[in-house]
Amino acid sequence: MAGALFGEGKDVQAFPYFGVERRGAPVTAFLRMDDRPLRIRSEISEPDVVVVLDTFLMKYVDVTAGLKPDGVLIVNSTKGPAAYKRSPSLKVATVDATGIAIRHGVGSRTTPIVNTAILGAMVRVLGIVKLESVLKSIRETAPVKREENAASAIEAYERVVIG
Amino acid sequence: MAKKLINGNYAAAFGAKLARAEVIAAYPITPQTAVVEQVADFVASGEMKARYVCVESEHSAMAACIAAASAGARTFTATSSQGLLLMHELLHWATGARTPVVMVNVNRAVAPPWSVWADQTDSISQRDTGWMQFYSESTQEELDTVIMSYKVGESPDIMLPSFTTEDAFFLSHTFEPVEIPSQELVDGFLPPFRPEIRLDVENPRGFGSLSMPHQWYMELRYLIAEAMDRARERILRVEQEWKELTGRSYGGPLDEYRTEDADVVLMNAGTAASTIREVVDNLRREGKRVGLARIRCFRPFPTEEIRALGRRVHTIGVMDRCYTFGDGGPFFTEVKSALYNLKDRPAVKNFVVGIGGRDITMKTVGKLYDNLFRIKAGGLDSEKEWIDLKRPEVG
Amino acid sequence: MSRQPRSYKDLPLAPITYEDTREAFKTGSWRTFKPVVDNSRCKKCWICWKFCPDMSIRILEDGTGVEIDYDHCKGCGICATECPARCIEMVPED
Repeated sequence: MAGALFGEGKDVQAFPYFGVERRGAPVTAFLRMDDRPLRIRSEISEPDVVVVLDTFLMKYVDVTAGLKPDGVLIVNSTKGPAAYKRSPSLKVATVDATGIAIRHGVGSRTTPIVNTAILGAMVRVLGIVKLESVLKSIRETAPVKREENAASAIEAYERVVIG
Repeated sequence: MAKKLINGNYAAAFGAKLARAEVIAAYPITPQTAVVEQVADFVASGEMKARYVCVESEHSAMAACIAAASAGARTFTATSSQGLLLMHELLHWATGARTPVVMVNVNRAVAPPWSVWADQTDSISQRDTGWMQFYSESTQEELDTVIMSYKVGESPDIMLPSFTTEDAFFLSHTFEPVEIPSQELVDGFLPPFRPEIRLDVENPRGFGSLSMPHQWYMELRYLIAEAMDRARERILRVEQEWKELTGRSYGGPLDEYRTEDADVVLMNAGTAASTIREVVDNLRREGKRVGLARIRCFRPFPTEEIRALGRRVHTIGVMDRCYTFGDGGPFFTEVKSALYNLKDRPAVKNFVVGIGGRDITMKTVGKLYDNLFRIKAGGLDSEKEWIDLKRPEVG
Repeated sequence: MSRQPRSYKDLPLAPITYEDTREAFKTGSWRTFKPVVDNSRCKKCWICWKFCPDMSIRILEDGTGVEIDYDHCKGCGICATECPARCIEMVPED
């Protein structure tokens, strides 16, 4: 996503916050974007947007902590947005990124890679970046299965439900 | 010159590549691994004409670099925290042997407790080793400083090793737009490494010889002291050259932001400076005269620059993302020491902050400036304070 | 978890855990897929037990097969991959 926004001329800053050093551990990733140069380098505690790639974490972590009341929550889920809508001002969207990733053979069946799919959903929901920019960024950064990753993003773009 | 979206680790790798490092010996450790992975990719693909030596530990990595540098090769390595501590013995060796190894250290907390997050204890523990030491604020600076370090270090009248640091995750893993200079530009800036004295079977000699108290140990150490003092001017000159070529510079050894007319100034090293700049601008808009002085070059220590600051500004807060038990934050004690001989000494307070990767937010920085204003009005409240520490609730 | 420290005053001397962490922490919660064993097709080679990196497979005392310790199994899928009888299936957690 940072690549896509950068391609459109925005200043971006993206970095992760790992948990423990092993596969399958929860990871938080932060992304800042602006038209003017970015300087803040701390973690994001009051996001405008929260994207949840694994709903399992929602049992243990309050993923919406600090999310601005009129913010956006995008969830990888087979359930509809109503399942996650905590307040009326919150914009919620859901898409089955796992299903899409498995269908396109992105990642393995046991470890599908859902992040390219969810980018497509983000494009549709947020309206801050063009799908073409994201697809270009995906094709440039995906180490393998470029077209399958891009196709996942397109399908998620089409299927995401905003509620 | 194209701008690419890369993170601090890749920037370091690009620095090594553009500088045409010839021997890389390194051992992986979170959060540095991507540096050497990327370098390994460059070597494997042939993009970099270098020898990559896989070693079994960081200690061996430094040993290999020292040996290669002794043979006349330009060397590079990267490490962090536990790895840096493991090579400590050999950091002293690289200095004494006058081998200008260049290293990138990702600032990570030391164990126990186990932590992979940002903390300066690892690099600050090396302050006495005789290495030149740089603290980067941005990805661009990291890339540029790696290249500049070679030029300074390899100067025949300097010949000292150096390391640059990146805060774990806040820089090492942060993707931001970076201008990657062309190979042509860097080749014009950085000549090949050709030390006069090197391991050479055609001209055999002994290296690392014994020296007794009445012989030359003290004098050889004095030569290092002189070289490090010469490095002050050299670092400035090289940065000026880099600026002429690329338009980029970083404020010299003490990077000052809006300190000319500041009532209070925060000093720090590392990425928190970026967040502080944002707070400075916000407070300035409210009419508060605040500034930031970032220690970019820690060794040689920017004594004169700090004294000049201390003559103008009388309330200074020094942020340490580390702590020397039984004394105080190391950045603080060194700043205070530099200011000692001033006729009018400023009030200096130590803020111990961000230890173990605890986030340094705009809110925290705001609180520090508030504290400095209270000190300006009413005097120093305490010499040091651990910020955002989980304290028992009062009352 | 037993005592939760609130400030630096509540901490033990050094970073230690208060209890046996295997007992206290059900790390299986991090799974996305879980192994399901069909013991009727199990060859009793115990290769899955040997390969499990997490000591989360127990050989049943009556020798009829294995059982998975779902409290600690991480769903890495190594058992399913290594099983020569292909009697372990990775199914999604709900």
